[in-house]
Amino acid sequence: MSLSNIFNVAGSAMSAQSARLNATASNIANADSATGPDGTPYKAKQVIFQSIPIGGVKDSGVSVAGVVEDQAPPKLVYDPKHPMADANGYVAMPNVNPVEEMVNMISASRSYQTNVETMNTAKSMLLKTLTIGQ
Amino acid sequence: MVSKLDDYFRFNEMALSLRAQRQQVLASNIANADTPNYKARDVNFADTLKNAMDNKSTGLAPVTLARTAAAHVAGAAAGGDSGVGGSPLLYRNPAQGSVDGNTVDLDVERNEFVDNGLRYEAAVQSVNGQIKNMISAIQQG
Repeated sequence: MSLSNIFNVAGSAMSAQSARLNATASNIANADSATGPDGTPYKAKQVIFQSIPIGGVKDSGVSVAGVVEDQAPPKLVYDPKHPMADANGYVAMPNVNPVEEMVNMISASRSYQTNVETMNTAKSMLLKTLTIGQ
Repeated sequence: MVSKLDDYFRFNEMALSLRAQRQQVLASNIANADTPNYKARDVNFADTLKNAMDNKSTGLAPVTLARTAAAHVAGAAAGGDSGVGGSPLLYRNPAQGSVDGNTVDLDVERNEFVDNGLRYEAAVQSVNGQIKNMISAIQQG
């Protein structure tokens, strides 16, 4: 039943987009975390999407292949009074770019909404199918 | 008698089946709007329906493009398995490509998705009409 497969396809995309939104939320929340459990500043995280087969159709759904850390160097902020400041008075702050994160957030939430619409359309098509012969 | 009924319903049945399969392909395009290197796919619905009707069954060998030189590549999308109703999936020509190699244009896909869904419902109406015709033929006779 390919119409029921649409629920799986849209559902996989929704969970992938919510993982992306989760990573974005984590990045924005930690935009000013000068240190983490390992003593180094927080690194921005990004999810990687890949297409997966659903219902025998190749490249149909979406899954999160992994989460990677942004390898850009930390932002150096001059603040000699900060406890984490180095000998020259610079503090290494996370490499999170708030503008990028906001764009990611909007993009993820729009994609999520689109997939909800997809699901609703598939649902109304299935309900319509059930009325055949009545 | 039964085979005549089958023949009577076959066109709309085939149309519904192919529309449903195409809907899944379009849903995949929308789902993969943010997947790097994903190529948007679709079928030529008129050709697909014609092929399916001509071949009298849906489990048929995929139709391939004629290749007149050794250097030609097959036009079918690689991920298509058997495609839709035996016809191959084709790649959509991107109007504006993106840096990550993704060719999904969300506006185009949503447009096609809604259009295909509406035509599916039209086919459902059509089947309902045929069934009503048959029922009235049975009862009046």
